[in-house]
Order: sequence, then structure tokens, then C-alpha cells
Amino acid sequence: MQGEVEDIELQLLLEALYQRYHYDFRHYARASIKRRALQARAQLGYSSISAMQEALLHDPSVVPRLLNYLTVQVSEMFRDPSYFRALREKVIPHLKTYPSLKVWVAGCSHGEELYSLSILFHEEGLGQRTIFYATDINPDALRAAEAGIYPAALIQKYTENHQKSGARSSLSDYYTADYGHAAFDKTLSRNVVFSDHSLVTDAVFAEMHLISCRNVLIYFDRDLQDRALGLFRDSLARRGFLGLGSKESLRFSKFAGAFEDFVREDKIYQKLER
Amino acid sequence: MTDTAIKAVAIGASAGAVQTLLRILPSLPARFPLPVLIVVHVPPDRDNALVALFADKCALAVKEAEDKEQAVGGTIYFAPSDYHLLVEADGFLALSMDEPVNHSRPAIDVLFESAADSYQSGLMGIVLTGANHDGAAGLRAVAQAGGQAIVENPATAETSAMPEAALAACPDARIRDVEGIVSILLELA
Repeated sequence: MQGEVEDIELQLLLEALYQRYHYDFRHYARASIKRRALQARAQLGYSSISAMQEALLHDPSVVPRLLNYLTVQVSEMFRDPSYFRALREKVIPHLKTYPSLKVWVAGCSHGEELYSLSILFHEEGLGQRTIFYATDINPDALRAAEAGIYPAALIQKYTENHQKSGARSSLSDYYTADYGHAAFDKTLSRNVVFSDHSLVTDAVFAEMHLISCRNVLIYFDRDLQDRALGLFRDSLARRGFLGLGSKESLRFSKFAGAFEDFVREDKIYQKLER
Repeated sequence: MTDTAIKAVAIGASAGAVQTLLRILPSLPARFPLPVLIVVHVPPDRDNALVALFADKCALAVKEAEDKEQAVGGTIYFAPSDYHLLVEADGFLALSMDEPVNHSRPAIDVLFESAADSYQSGLMGIVLTGANHDGAAGLRAVAQAGGQAIVENPATAETSAMPEAALAACPDARIRDVEGIVSILLELA
């Protein structure tokens, strides 16, 4: 019974967040968003999800705090090194044939994936001719991504991942460490456009050669996954590339037929010509 | 089937998991009608080798759980390493990369709590051997939703801490040796 009441409360919370502030989580995968809402309730000190909803409706300052529970992903640089190795060895040779490139990191969170791709493109000599678009719905996350500062304690893991990705340089070439933090070089973010963009409610904004959107779609229900994948299809240039998370696939999507496997084991797809 | 019929089985195991599951899963007959959802704590950097290990030894289909896949009877689903496994309201499976729970991803609590939400009284939750307390809160959620809570006997488990923690959180759970757990499962077949 408790669970049923919470389901109703959650539905009302998501409606309030949408109707009042236009953040639309109504088609996020329910089981995860419920865990996150319950965690936010406990951490922010409300007696129930309803109490949190009331505060949210009347006090806009609750929004960013709630968003940080509902959206922020824990990621790491060069997570799943084989994905980056596959980009380096199989996708980059195709991208090198273009005079200028656009890459979209959709759902960039704190920017770990963005900096990984930027380093990879610099190593492969494409840094100067690539514009990156790093988008997220969470303004705090976008600010953190733009800052590019990570706890120094994580750098060893990032360095290992980077090496496994077939690195042509040392990760330490790209950051300065100070006071327990590593600040990544501004040359990596010079060609990056950081922008608020929602895969739920916003539209195509540029023609991309590569879209990397990993471990974002697992948080969406099937309808919303289809919306995002339709957006990716329409945003990609002819024969453009799409990279998903290692446990994500197009199998259950109605857009499966719009793409073909490019590197199957690393979930890299190529848009089919139509 | 009545409302109280069991519709799915969720199992959590940690230290000693492989030896213990090897005494349970191969005993299930091909006609076993329910999905079996399993979280085993495995190191995040390693590919989950459990599927390969158990596929050869089990009459049931054995696979790694996929995001947005419907859980069907007669199939054993293992959570992939470094992802949480959850059950959605309609019995579809979901994965998440949310932060570790009880220092674990996948976490037993995450599976059990979401599965209890989904299957309500139709869930059987089983906490096996392990050296931490993951699964305790989850098993309590299973019992609170009206499902069946079962704990491996700590006295005979490979490692007793996890069953003990589950019993402390869920004192009414049935306590069984591995053989008793197999009997309970066979009654569902």
C-alpha cells in the first residue's frame, strides 16, 4: 500500500516539476526515478514526496537541488576504454576525411565524456577542426562540465582508462593538479559549446558527424527512447555515427532500422542512407 | 493463478555466491515457469562471467539482463557487472548506473525493492551467502509488499554476514539450508 501511495506522489511531483518549471521527467524509467526521488526526499529532509512537491511548487530554489538528485550521473573519463579505442581505430579514420566536424555529447553531465573525446580528437589531430556540443538539462552539471575540474583521487583511474583506449599522449599533459583537484586545460574546451538542451522537449540544432550519448537512454522509457533516437537520426549527417552505452542498444526501438551496427561490441552505430 | 501466486523469484548473493548457486540453479527443471532475477556482487571491471558459467549447467535459459527487456518465465537473468538491475511496473527489466548502494553495483537492495514494487505479493526474495549487509533492506521491502522472504541458514552458508543481516531486518523470513531452498523452488515448478 505504501508503495502505491508513493507512486501517486511521484506522479504528482513529476507533474508539478513539468507544469511549473518545464522539466519533463514524466517518461523517465519509473523504477530509477522513484529511487532517486525517495533519495532526494530523505537527503533534503522532507517527510514525504508530497511535502517535497509542495515545497517545489512554491519555492523555485528547490528545483536545482532536486535536479541534482534526479539527473546527475556518476561517470568517469574514458569509461569503457574499448569504446574509445573503437572510436580511435574505426571511426576516426572516417571522420578524418571531413574538413570540419561536429560532435554532440548529449547528456554530458559533469563533462567526463566530453573531455575524453576532446583529448582523443586532439591526439588524432582533429582538435582544431571539431566543434563539440555538450548538452544537459541540469545547469549545475553544465557549469561543472565547463569548469572541467575533477577530484585528484580519480585521476589514477582516468589515466588507466586513457592508456587502455590506445592513448598517444599522457593524460597529465592535459591537466594541472592543485589542492586535491585536477583542472583540465582550457584548450580542450575552447571549441566546445555548452548548452541547455533536453532530449525530451527540444529539437535538432545542428548537423552532427558523431553523437555520443552513453548511459542516458537507460533512464528513459521506451517512448522517450524513441523520441531521443529519432532526434539523433535527424541530427546526424549522412552516414554519421552514434555511440551508446555498453548495455544500451537499438534492439527495442522503432528506429532500429535507421541505423546499422558499425562496431557491434562497443555499441557504435552508423546512420543508414535513406 | 490467484493473486498470491508467485510470479517471479529474485536472488541476491555475494561472497560464496558461485558455489552456492551451483547447488541451486542446475536443480531447476526446464519447465520452471517463472523468471529468476539474480544479483551477484562481481568486481566492476570484469565482464560478468556468470552467464557462461551457468548456461552450460542449467536447464533454464541463462542470460545477462538487458535494458527494456520483458522478464519471461523459464529464464535466469543475471545483472550485468557495474549496473543496477531493476524491475519496472509492467515486469520489464531496467538497468541503471546510479551510484553504488551498500558499496555495490549491482546492489541486491535495488533489485529487491524495485521487484517488490512491481510484483508485490507475487515476489519471492532469497538472500544467500555474503559478507556484507546488501539485501537486508530489500528483503524487508519484499516482505512488506506481501511477498515471500527466504534467507539461507547462516549456520551453513559459505559466509554468514549477509543472511544474518537479512534476518535482522526481516525476522519473519523463512530460514532454509540450500537443500531447503531448492525444495521451495521446486514447489513452484
